[in-house]
Amino acid sequence: MKKIITSQEAASRIESGMTVMVGGFLGCGTAQSILQCLSESDVKDLTIISNDASIPTGPDGSQYYGLASLIHKRQVTKLITSHVGLNAEVSEQVSEGELLLVLVPQGSLVEMIRSGGIGLGGIITPTGVGTMVEDYEYVIDKITIEGRQYLIQKALHADVALINGTRIDTMGNVWYQGTTRNFNQVMAMAADTVIAEADHIVELGDLEPENIMTPGILVDYVVEKGGK
Amino acid sequence: MEKAKIKAFIAARVAQELKDGQVINLGIGIPTMVPNYLPEDIDIVLQSENGIIGTGSEPLAEDADPFHVTDAGGKPSSVACGGAFLDSSTSFGLIRGGHVDCTVLGTLQVDQSGSLANWIIPGQKISGMGGAMDLVVGAKRVIIAMEHTNKGRPKILKECTFPVTAVHCVDRIITEMCVIDVGDNGLILKEYNPEFTIEEIRQYTDADFTVADDVKEMQVSI
Repeated sequence: MKKIITSQEAASRIESGMTVMVGGFLGCGTAQSILQCLSESDVKDLTIISNDASIPTGPDGSQYYGLASLIHKRQVTKLITSHVGLNAEVSEQVSEGELLLVLVPQGSLVEMIRSGGIGLGGIITPTGVGTMVEDYEYVIDKITIEGRQYLIQKALHADVALINGTRIDTMGNVWYQGTTRNFNQVMAMAADTVIAEADHIVELGDLEPENIMTPGILVDYVVEKGGK
Repeated sequence: MEKAKIKAFIAARVAQELKDGQVINLGIGIPTMVPNYLPEDIDIVLQSENGIIGTGSEPLAEDADPFHVTDAGGKPSSVACGGAFLDSSTSFGLIRGGHVDCTVLGTLQVDQSGSLANWIIPGQKISGMGGAMDLVVGAKRVIIAMEHTNKGRPKILKECTFPVTAVHCVDRIITEMCVIDVGDNGLILKEYNPEFTIEEIRQYTDADFTVADDVKEMQVSI
Protein backbone atom coordinates (compact mmCIF):
# COMPACT_ATOMS: atom_id res chain seq x y z
CA MET A 1 0.00 0.00 0.00
CA LYS A 2 1.36 3.40 -0.95
CA LYS A 3 1.18 5.57 2.13
CA ILE A 4 3.17 8.65 1.17
CA ILE A 5 1.00 11.57 0.06
CA THR A 6 1.42 15.36 -0.10
CA SER A 7 0.24 17.85 2.56
CA GLN A 8 -2.34 19.06 0.06
CA GLU A 9 -3.70 15.53 -0.42
CA ALA A 10 -3.73 15.03 3.34
CA ALA A 11 -5.71 18.23 3.91
CA SER A 12 -8.20 17.18 1.20
CA ARG A 13 -9.10 14.09 3.27
CA ILE A 14 -10.65 16.35 5.88
CA GLU A 15 -14.22 17.47 5.25
CA SER A 16 -16.38 20.16 6.83
CA GLY A 17 -18.11 18.95 9.99
CA MET A 18 -15.51 16.30 10.84
CA THR A 19 -13.96 15.67 14.25
CA VAL A 20 -10.18 15.95 14.02
CA MET A 21 -7.54 15.20 16.64
CA VAL A 22 -4.46 17.43 16.41
CA GLY A 23 -1.29 16.29 18.20
CA GLY A 24 1.25 18.65 19.73
CA PHE A 25 1.90 20.61 22.92
CA LEU A 26 1.85 24.37 22.38
CA GLY A 27 3.03 23.76 18.82
CA CYS A 28 5.81 21.30 19.73
CA GLY A 29 5.22 18.07 17.79
CA THR A 30 2.47 19.37 15.55
CA ALA A 31 1.67 18.55 11.88
CA GLN A 32 2.43 22.07 10.70
CA SER A 33 2.50 21.50 6.91
CA ILE A 34 -0.85 19.70 6.86
CA LEU A 35 -2.47 22.29 9.15
CA GLN A 36 -1.12 25.07 6.94
CA CYS A 37 -2.75 23.49 3.85
CA LEU A 38 -5.98 22.87 5.77
CA SER A 39 -6.10 26.53 6.86
CA GLU A 40 -5.87 27.55 3.18
CA SER A 41 -8.90 25.35 2.30
CA ASP A 42 -12.63 26.04 2.56
CA VAL A 43 -13.17 23.33 5.17
CA LYS A 44 -15.20 24.59 8.14
CA ASP A 45 -17.32 23.55 11.14
CA LEU A 46 -14.55 21.36 12.49
CA THR A 47 -14.61 19.83 15.96
CA ILE A 48 -11.00 19.78 17.14
CA ILE A 49 -9.61 17.68 19.97
CA SER A 50 -6.17 18.86 21.08
CA ASN A 51 -4.14 19.49 24.22
CA ASP A 52 -4.17 23.26 23.73
CA ALA A 53 -5.01 25.97 21.19
CA SER A 54 -1.34 26.48 20.22
CA ILE A 55 0.61 29.73 20.40
CA PRO A 56 -0.15 32.01 17.41
CA THR A 57 3.56 32.76 16.87
CA GLY A 58 5.35 29.50 16.10
CA PRO A 59 8.89 28.39 17.00
CA ASP A 60 9.91 29.47 13.48
CA GLY A 61 8.49 32.96 14.13
CA SER A 62 5.61 32.48 11.68
CA GLN A 63 2.15 33.84 12.48
CA TYR A 64 -0.79 31.52 13.18
CA TYR A 65 1.27 28.41 13.70
CA GLY A 66 -0.30 24.98 13.99
CA LEU A 67 -3.88 24.83 15.22
CA ALA A 68 -3.86 28.62 15.73
CA SER A 69 -4.14 28.95 11.91
CA LEU A 70 -7.47 27.07 11.83
CA ILE A 71 -8.81 29.08 14.77
CA HIS A 72 -7.72 32.35 13.15
CA LYS A 73 -9.57 31.39 9.93
CA ARG A 74 -12.65 30.50 12.01
CA GLN A 75 -12.71 26.93 10.69
CA VAL A 76 -13.26 25.49 14.18
CA THR A 77 -16.72 25.56 15.78
CA LYS A 78 -16.02 23.25 18.72
CA LEU A 79 -12.77 22.83 20.60
CA ILE A 80 -12.20 20.10 23.17
CA THR A 81 -8.98 20.96 25.00
CA SER A 82 -7.24 21.59 28.33
CA HIS A 83 -5.66 25.01 27.84
CA VAL A 84 -6.24 28.03 25.57
CA GLY A 85 -4.49 30.72 27.63
CA LEU A 86 -1.77 31.48 25.09
CA ASN A 87 -4.17 32.04 22.17
CA ALA A 88 -6.32 35.13 22.83
CA GLU A 89 -8.47 34.50 19.74
CA VAL A 90 -10.16 31.56 21.45
CA SER A 91 -11.51 33.73 24.25
CA GLU A 92 -12.72 36.31 21.70
CA GLN A 93 -14.51 33.75 19.52
CA VAL A 94 -16.09 32.10 22.58
CA SER A 95 -17.50 35.42 23.79
CA GLU A 96 -18.78 36.18 20.26
CA GLY A 97 -20.60 32.83 20.37
CA GLU A 98 -18.68 31.52 17.34
CA LEU A 99 -16.72 28.81 19.12
CA LEU A 100 -17.91 26.25 21.65
CA LEU A 101 -15.12 25.55 24.12
CA VAL A 102 -15.10 22.34 26.16
CA LEU A 103 -12.34 22.34 28.77
CA VAL A 104 -11.00 19.03 30.07
CA PRO A 105 -8.21 18.52 32.63
CA GLN A 106 -5.10 17.55 30.66
CA GLY A 107 -4.54 14.18 32.29
CA SER A 108 -8.21 13.26 31.84
CA LEU A 109 -8.21 14.41 28.20
CA VAL A 110 -5.28 12.22 27.24
CA GLU A 111 -6.89 9.21 28.95
CA MET A 112 -10.27 9.85 27.27
CA ILE A 113 -8.42 9.74 23.93
CA ARG A 114 -6.40 6.70 24.94
CA SER A 115 -9.53 4.81 26.00
CA GLY A 116 -11.14 5.71 22.66
CA GLY A 117 -8.22 4.02 20.94
CA ILE A 118 -7.97 0.90 23.05
CA GLY A 119 -11.58 -0.21 23.10
CA LEU A 120 -12.63 1.09 26.51
CA GLY A 121 -15.84 3.03 27.07
CA GLY A 122 -14.22 5.76 29.12
CA ILE A 123 -12.26 6.56 32.24
CA ILE A 124 -12.80 6.74 36.00
CA THR A 125 -10.73 9.58 37.43
CA PRO A 126 -10.47 11.47 40.75
CA THR A 127 -9.45 14.64 38.86
CA GLY A 128 -12.21 17.24 38.76
CA VAL A 129 -14.26 15.94 41.70
CA GLY A 130 -15.88 18.87 43.51
CA THR A 131 -15.15 21.31 40.65
CA MET A 132 -17.01 22.81 37.67
CA VAL A 133 -15.82 19.82 35.64
CA GLU A 134 -18.58 17.71 37.21
CA ASP A 135 -21.14 19.62 35.11
CA TYR A 136 -19.36 19.24 31.76
CA GLU A 137 -20.95 17.23 28.92
CA TYR A 138 -18.34 14.48 28.93
CA VAL A 139 -18.95 13.50 32.56
CA ILE A 140 -21.42 10.62 32.81
CA ASP A 141 -21.58 9.97 36.54
CA LYS A 142 -19.85 10.28 39.89
CA ILE A 143 -19.12 7.11 41.84
CA THR A 144 -17.41 6.07 45.05
CA ILE A 145 -14.86 3.25 45.02
CA GLU A 146 -13.36 2.18 48.36
CA GLY A 147 -14.33 5.49 49.93
CA ARG A 148 -12.88 7.78 47.24
CA GLN A 149 -14.97 9.74 44.75
CA TYR A 150 -14.37 9.51 41.00
CA LEU A 151 -15.87 10.90 37.79
CA ILE A 152 -16.81 8.59 34.93
CA GLN A 153 -15.98 10.25 31.62
CA LYS A 154 -16.63 9.27 28.01
CA ALA A 155 -13.99 7.97 25.62
CA LEU A 156 -13.13 10.23 22.68
CA HIS A 157 -12.84 9.19 19.05
CA ALA A 158 -12.21 11.18 15.86
CA ASP A 159 -12.69 10.90 12.12
CA VAL A 160 -9.09 11.93 11.48
CA ALA A 161 -5.96 12.33 13.62
CA LEU A 162 -3.14 14.59 12.43
CA ILE A 163 0.05 13.59 14.18
CA ASN A 164 3.70 14.56 13.86
CA GLY A 165 6.71 12.25 14.16
CA THR A 166 10.38 13.04 13.83
CA ARG A 167 11.36 9.98 11.80
CA ILE A 168 8.73 7.93 10.02
CA ASP A 169 9.49 5.04 7.67
CA THR A 170 7.59 4.22 4.49
CA MET A 171 5.32 1.76 6.36
CA GLY A 172 4.31 4.51 8.77
CA ASN A 173 6.34 3.39 11.81
CA VAL A 174 7.04 6.44 13.96
CA TRP A 175 9.89 7.56 16.22
CA TYR A 176 9.39 10.77 18.19
CA GLN A 177 12.23 13.01 19.35
CA GLY A 178 12.25 14.89 22.69
CA THR A 179 8.89 16.11 23.95
CA THR A 180 7.13 15.74 20.58
CA ARG A 181 5.47 12.46 21.60
CA ASN A 182 2.97 14.24 23.91
CA PHE A 183 -0.59 13.53 22.59
CA ASN A 184 0.54 12.14 19.20
CA GLN A 185 1.03 8.60 20.43
CA VAL A 186 -2.47 8.16 21.90
CA MET A 187 -4.18 10.01 19.05
CA ALA A 188 -2.66 7.55 16.54
CA MET A 189 -4.96 4.89 18.00
CA ALA A 190 -8.14 6.91 18.38
CA ALA A 191 -9.17 7.98 14.85
CA ASP A 192 -10.59 6.27 11.76
CA THR A 193 -7.89 7.80 9.57
CA VAL A 194 -4.44 8.67 10.88
CA ILE A 195 -2.18 11.00 8.90
CA ALA A 196 1.38 11.35 10.18
CA GLU A 197 3.61 14.24 9.18
CA ALA A 198 7.30 13.30 9.25
CA ASP A 199 10.16 15.70 9.89
CA HIS A 200 12.12 13.08 7.95
CA ILE A 201 10.85 10.09 5.98
CA VAL A 202 13.31 7.20 6.35
CA GLU A 203 13.73 3.85 4.61
CA LEU A 204 12.24 0.63 5.93
CA GLY A 205 14.68 -0.86 8.40
CA ASP A 206 16.20 2.48 9.42
CA LEU A 207 14.17 2.48 12.65
CA GLU A 208 15.03 -0.28 15.10
CA PRO A 209 11.88 -2.27 15.93
CA GLU A 210 12.51 -1.76 19.66
CA ASN A 211 12.46 2.00 19.20
CA ILE A 212 9.25 2.29 17.20
CA MET A 213 6.79 4.20 19.36
CA THR A 214 3.76 4.10 17.04
CA PRO A 215 3.53 0.99 14.86
CA GLY A 216 2.86 1.60 11.17
CA ILE A 217 -0.36 -0.43 11.13
CA LEU A 218 -2.02 2.55 12.85
CA VAL A 219 -0.85 5.10 10.28
CA ASP A 220 -2.82 5.39 7.04
CA TYR A 221 -0.82 8.13 5.33
CA VAL A 222 2.59 9.73 5.69
CA VAL A 223 3.40 13.29 4.64
CA GLU A 224 6.85 14.89 4.56
CA LYS A 225 7.05 18.19 6.43
CA GLY A 226 7.78 21.25 4.36
CA GLY A 227 6.21 20.08 1.10
CA LYS A 228 2.79 21.04 -0.26
CA MET B 1 10.05 43.68 51.92
CA GLU B 2 10.31 44.67 48.27
CA LYS B 3 8.65 42.43 45.66
CA ALA B 4 11.80 40.66 44.38
CA LYS B 5 12.94 39.94 47.93
CA ILE B 6 9.50 38.59 48.89
CA LYS B 7 9.62 36.11 46.00
CA ALA B 8 13.18 35.01 46.81
CA PHE B 9 12.27 34.62 50.50
CA ILE B 10 9.29 32.38 49.69
CA ALA B 11 11.27 30.30 47.17
CA ALA B 12 14.13 29.84 49.64
CA ARG B 13 11.75 28.68 52.36
CA VAL B 14 10.04 26.22 49.97
CA ALA B 15 13.48 24.81 49.07
CA GLN B 16 13.82 23.62 52.70
CA GLU B 17 10.83 21.31 52.12
CA LEU B 18 12.41 19.25 49.34
CA LYS B 19 14.41 16.10 50.03
CA ASP B 20 17.21 14.47 48.06
CA GLY B 21 15.93 12.26 45.23
CA GLN B 22 12.35 13.52 45.28
CA VAL B 23 10.32 13.90 42.08
CA ILE B 24 8.98 17.45 41.96
CA ASN B 25 6.66 19.39 39.66
CA LEU B 26 6.98 23.17 39.84
CA GLY B 27 4.30 25.59 38.70
CA ILE B 28 5.03 28.92 37.04
CA GLY B 29 6.21 32.03 38.94
CA ILE B 30 7.79 31.73 42.41
CA PRO B 31 7.95 27.88 42.25
CA THR B 32 10.38 27.98 39.29
CA MET B 33 12.84 29.90 41.52
CA VAL B 34 12.95 27.12 44.15
CA PRO B 35 15.87 25.10 42.64
CA ASN B 36 18.10 28.20 42.96
CA TYR B 37 17.94 27.83 46.74
CA LEU B 38 18.55 24.10 47.12
CA PRO B 39 21.61 23.10 49.15
CA GLU B 40 24.33 21.42 47.06
CA ASP B 41 23.74 18.01 48.61
CA ILE B 42 20.06 17.93 47.57
CA ASP B 43 19.37 16.68 44.05
CA ILE B 44 15.76 16.59 42.92
CA VAL B 45 14.18 15.17 39.76
CA LEU B 46 12.04 17.79 38.05
CA GLN B 47 9.02 16.73 36.05
CA SER B 48 7.55 18.72 33.15
CA GLU B 49 4.05 17.42 32.51
CA ASN B 50 4.38 17.74 28.72
CA GLY B 51 6.76 14.80 28.86
CA ILE B 52 10.10 15.20 30.67
CA ILE B 53 11.14 13.37 33.82
CA GLY B 54 14.49 14.82 34.84
CA THR B 55 14.16 18.25 33.26
CA GLY B 56 17.50 19.95 32.71
CA SER B 57 18.46 23.60 32.90
CA GLU B 58 17.30 26.22 30.44
CA PRO B 59 19.36 25.67 27.26
CA LEU B 60 21.67 28.29 25.78
CA ALA B 61 20.19 29.94 22.68
CA GLU B 62 22.46 27.93 20.35
CA ASP B 63 21.45 24.63 22.00
CA ALA B 64 17.70 25.30 22.09
CA ASP B 65 15.46 23.11 19.90
CA PRO B 66 11.97 24.62 20.21
CA PHE B 67 10.62 22.17 17.61
CA HIS B 68 11.51 19.10 19.67
CA VAL B 69 12.33 19.84 23.32
CA THR B 70 10.12 22.24 25.25
CA ASP B 71 8.74 22.62 28.76
CA ALA B 72 5.09 22.79 29.87
CA GLY B 73 5.05 26.50 29.09
CA GLY B 74 6.15 25.88 25.49
CA LYS B 75 9.64 27.32 26.08
CA PRO B 76 12.85 25.54 24.95
CA SER B 77 14.01 23.10 27.60
CA SER B 78 16.48 20.26 28.09
CA VAL B 79 16.71 16.87 29.71
CA ALA B 80 19.24 16.19 32.47
CA CYS B 81 21.65 13.27 32.29
CA GLY B 82 19.61 10.20 33.30
CA GLY B 83 16.31 11.87 32.44
CA ALA B 84 13.67 10.57 30.04
CA PHE B 85 11.02 11.76 27.61
CA LEU B 86 7.48 10.45 27.99
CA ASP B 87 4.16 10.70 26.20
CA SER B 88 1.36 12.67 27.90
CA SER B 89 -0.50 9.56 29.10
CA THR B 90 2.54 8.23 30.96
CA SER B 91 3.42 11.70 32.21
CA PHE B 92 -0.02 12.19 33.77
CA GLY B 93 0.03 8.59 34.93
CA LEU B 94 3.07 9.55 37.00
CA ILE B 95 1.15 12.52 38.38
CA ARG B 96 -2.19 10.86 39.07
CA GLY B 97 -0.59 7.61 40.21
CA GLY B 98 1.22 9.24 43.11
CA HIS B 99 4.72 8.95 41.62
CA VAL B 100 5.34 12.69 41.98
CA ASP B 101 6.44 13.41 45.56
CA CYS B 102 5.50 17.07 45.63
CA THR B 103 4.02 19.83 43.53
CA VAL B 104 4.69 23.47 44.34
CA LEU B 105 2.35 26.01 42.83
CA GLY B 106 0.91 29.48 43.21
CA THR B 107 -2.79 30.18 43.58
CA LEU B 108 -5.38 32.94 43.48
CA GLN B 109 -7.14 31.64 46.58
CA VAL B 110 -6.72 28.82 49.09
CA ASP B 111 -9.13 28.08 51.91
CA GLN B 112 -9.15 26.57 55.37
CA SER B 113 -10.43 23.22 54.10
CA GLY B 114 -7.37 22.94 51.83
CA SER B 115 -9.26 23.67 48.61
CA LEU B 116 -7.63 25.98 46.10
CA ALA B 117 -8.76 28.13 43.18
CA ASN B 118 -6.17 29.00 40.53
CA TRP B 119 -7.61 28.25 37.09
CA ILE B 120 -10.44 30.65 36.34
CA ILE B 121 -11.76 34.05 37.37
CA PRO B 122 -15.43 34.42 36.42
CA GLY B 123 -15.91 37.09 33.75
CA GLN B 124 -12.25 37.22 32.76
CA LYS B 125 -10.38 35.79 29.77
CA ILE B 126 -10.61 32.00 29.61
CA SER B 127 -7.40 30.08 30.04
CA GLY B 128 -8.26 26.51 31.01
CA MET B 129 -7.02 24.24 33.77
CA GLY B 130 -4.26 22.56 31.76
CA GLY B 131 -2.67 20.00 34.06
CA ALA B 132 -3.34 21.85 37.33
CA MET B 133 -6.33 19.75 38.45
CA ASP B 134 -4.47 16.47 37.90
CA LEU B 135 -1.36 17.75 39.67
CA VAL B 136 -3.04 18.82 42.90
CA VAL B 137 -5.18 15.67 43.04
CA GLY B 138 -2.31 13.29 42.23
CA ALA B 139 0.89 14.63 43.78
CA LYS B 140 1.66 13.13 47.19
CA ARG B 141 2.22 16.58 48.71
CA VAL B 142 0.83 19.93 47.58
CA ILE B 143 2.64 23.09 48.67
CA ILE B 144 1.25 26.53 47.88
CA ALA B 145 3.99 29.13 47.40
CA MET B 146 2.56 32.62 47.07
CA GLU B 147 2.53 36.15 48.37
CA HIS B 148 0.34 36.29 51.45
CA THR B 149 -2.12 38.80 49.98
CA ASN B 150 -3.12 40.24 46.64
CA LYS B 151 -2.15 43.89 47.20
CA GLY B 152 -3.32 43.71 50.80
CA ARG B 153 -6.43 41.60 50.10
CA PRO B 154 -6.35 38.17 51.78
CA LYS B 155 -5.83 35.12 49.57
CA ILE B 156 -6.10 32.61 52.43
CA LEU B 157 -9.87 32.49 52.89
CA LYS B 158 -12.53 30.73 54.93
CA GLU B 159 -13.91 29.44 51.64
CA CYS B 160 -12.76 30.00 48.05
CA THR B 161 -15.08 32.35 46.13
CA PHE B 162 -13.65 31.50 42.67
CA PRO B 163 -14.37 28.07 41.10
CA VAL B 164 -12.00 25.59 42.73
CA THR B 165 -9.23 23.60 41.06
CA ALA B 166 -9.63 20.77 43.57
CA VAL B 167 -11.02 20.24 47.06
CA HIS B 168 -9.13 19.33 50.27
CA CYS B 169 -5.77 18.77 48.60
CA VAL B 170 -3.36 21.40 49.97
CA ASP B 171 -0.87 20.27 52.63
CA ARG B 172 1.16 23.43 53.35
CA ILE B 173 1.01 27.14 52.49
CA ILE B 174 4.26 29.15 52.43
CA THR B 175 4.19 32.95 52.15
CA GLU B 176 6.50 35.82 53.08
CA MET B 177 4.61 36.08 56.40
CA CYS B 178 4.31 32.49 57.54
CA VAL B 179 4.11 28.74 57.06
CA ILE B 180 0.63 27.32 57.55
CA ASP B 181 -0.35 23.64 57.50
CA VAL B 182 -3.79 22.37 56.55
CA GLY B 183 -4.84 20.00 59.32
CA ASP B 184 -7.93 17.83 59.70
CA ASN B 185 -9.48 20.52 61.91
CA GLY B 186 -8.37 23.62 60.04
CA LEU B 187 -5.27 25.71 59.51
CA ILE B 188 -2.30 25.65 61.88
CA LEU B 189 0.37 28.37 61.97
CA LYS B 190 3.69 26.52 62.15
CA GLU B 191 6.21 29.32 61.51
CA TYR B 192 6.11 33.08 61.20
CA ASN B 193 8.44 35.69 59.78
CA PRO B 194 9.63 37.77 62.78
CA GLU B 195 9.18 40.90 60.67
CA PHE B 196 5.45 40.40 61.36
CA THR B 197 3.47 39.76 64.54
CA ILE B 198 0.94 36.94 64.70
CA GLU B 199 -1.73 39.67 65.08
CA GLU B 200 -0.61 41.19 61.77
CA ILE B 201 -0.75 37.78 60.11
CA ARG B 202 -4.34 37.35 61.39
CA GLN B 203 -5.20 40.76 59.98
CA TYR B 204 -4.07 39.72 56.48
CA THR B 205 -5.64 36.25 56.66
CA ASP B 206 -9.39 35.82 56.19
CA ALA B 207 -9.33 32.16 57.26
CA ASP B 208 -9.25 31.06 60.89
CA PHE B 209 -6.07 29.43 62.12
CA THR B 210 -4.66 28.10 65.34
CA VAL B 211 -1.08 28.65 66.44
CA ALA B 212 0.97 25.48 66.84
CA ASP B 213 2.32 24.80 70.35
CA ASP B 214 5.80 24.57 68.87
CA VAL B 215 5.44 27.60 66.57
CA LYS B 216 8.81 29.05 65.57
CA GLU B 217 10.36 31.81 63.55
CA MET B 218 10.99 31.21 59.83
CA GLN B 219 14.72 30.68 59.22
CA VAL B 220 15.46 31.82 55.69
CA SER B 221 18.73 33.04 54.24
CA ILE B 222 18.68 34.66 50.81
